[in-house]
Amino acid sequence: MLRSLALVAACVAAIAAHGQQRPIATDALRSGLAYVGADVRAMQADDLANPGFLWVQRGEALFTENCASCHRDAASMRGVAARYPAYDASSSSVLDIEARIDQCRTQRQRKPAFGRESDDLLALATFVTHQSRGMPINVSIDGPARESFARGEAFYRQRHGQMNLACTNCHDQNYGKRLYTETMSQGHGSAFPAYRLEWQALGSLQRRLRACLFGVRAEMPRPGAPELTDVELYLAWRANGLPVESPGVRR
Amino acid sequence: MKRRRFVQGAAALALLGVRPAQAALPTIPSLDAWLAGRAPRFERIKLSIPALADNGFAVPMRVIVDGPFAPGPHVKSIRLFSETNPVSDMAIFEFPVPIERVEVESRIRLAGTQQVVAVAEMTDGRVYAMATEVIVTLAGCMDGT
Amino acid sequence: MMEARINVPAKVARNEPFEVRLQIRHAMETGYRTDDTGKAIPRNVVRNVTCRYNGDVVFAAQLSSGIAANPYLRFFVTARSSGELVFEWVDDAGVRVTERAPVIVA
Repeated sequence: MLRSLALVAACVAAIAAHGQQRPIATDALRSGLAYVGADVRAMQADDLANPGFLWVQRGEALFTENCASCHRDAASMRGVAARYPAYDASSSSVLDIEARIDQCRTQRQRKPAFGRESDDLLALATFVTHQSRGMPINVSIDGPARESFARGEAFYRQRHGQMNLACTNCHDQNYGKRLYTETMSQGHGSAFPAYRLEWQALGSLQRRLRACLFGVRAEMPRPGAPELTDVELYLAWRANGLPVESPGVRR
Repeated sequence: MKRRRFVQGAAALALLGVRPAQAALPTIPSLDAWLAGRAPRFERIKLSIPALADNGFAVPMRVIVDGPFAPGPHVKSIRLFSETNPVSDMAIFEFPVPIERVEVESRIRLAGTQQVVAVAEMTDGRVYAMATEVIVTLAGCMDGT
Repeated sequence: MMEARINVPAKVARNEPFEVRLQIRHAMETGYRTDDTGKAIPRNVVRNVTCRYNGDVVFAAQLSSGIAANPYLRFFVTARSSGELVFEWVDDAGVRVTERAPVIVA
């Protein structure tokens, strides 16, 4: 009796800490891998066959060349991406990994930014995120991150485009069901940056979000637009506990 | 060592789904031109492609020609043909030096649902072939990025 | 810069086929796509891939636009003695790449 009371109290405390319940309960969270075909799963599982490692390799070279003088080695990046997007005090904003890397580049290294969606930034972001592979996503939405989180959640729940669809319509209410011949996933970003077969290349989570908006025939925010980072933060919170998979492979 | 390799291979092949072989080839002009009247045997070569492709841009393909080969004729080359791609000659894999394990994996592009043909040419001129049908669909949503 | 990943087992057995994996960063442009102005993007695919062992070609692949972007190859070769695998490939634009991987026969 006492133990179950304690358990209920702990759950309530956990929910209170987040402020709200997540749309998909922790034990029902599933990686996008559960919604792709066996050959895509196999491609991701084999590091020697996973095309994303072409970018990890490039990212490693860039890291050694540009970052290692301060950040020592790859091991120092372990766990970092699992906490991103994160609030950055110096810019008073929430940054995703790509923005954080370019901030380091421009503010601390005093060099020109790599630029959103540039191949070098993609490679570096993939390399850094890959160091957290297998670790559970663990972002904070407390304090100054709360505003960005709220905006991200609002965007996620708002209907967009000619098709008038909100992210939640597919990814909370209809995951597991078919959209043409594809099975809809829960819409987590845990595999990104990921190699997407449709892109024939590796790309960022922001690119994937923009692609989805294009899919519902909405105007796409430009890469790096603040609303995209807001959604990234919301998605990460929603996926807290799922392991980082980057470089993932998706359709 | 051999047994583990066999089990691994069998498990991986099951993933790619070796399906019952057809005993006829689709009409592909460049394939017919290359065969030049030779009748292929529908045995010994195994072409494994998923029955339903996740995405036509990158479809896993594995082709194996069963040994043993030594001391007789060995595999000279394996050709891949597409039934409906704009370019029907997909690839040629060449084996200038005899090898007992003739196995090649790659990823192919398929422009739509079609048959893919793999043909192995032996050093004695014998030809083995296998055709397999792959269903390729479009993505659920358009991607404008 | 054409990124490439090559994997050869750390040690191989004499005259026993061993697995080689090659992955090349390349768009394998088919020639059928158009850019934003409607102009056709010219075909540029990796054409010939050769794998030499101690000078002799042990495997070769002639690829086309029918091979997926970022071409991936998995094949087998055998080695009599320790040496070097030399990979070479060229694309339609004439860009030629050479990569090497040591082979250690146990």
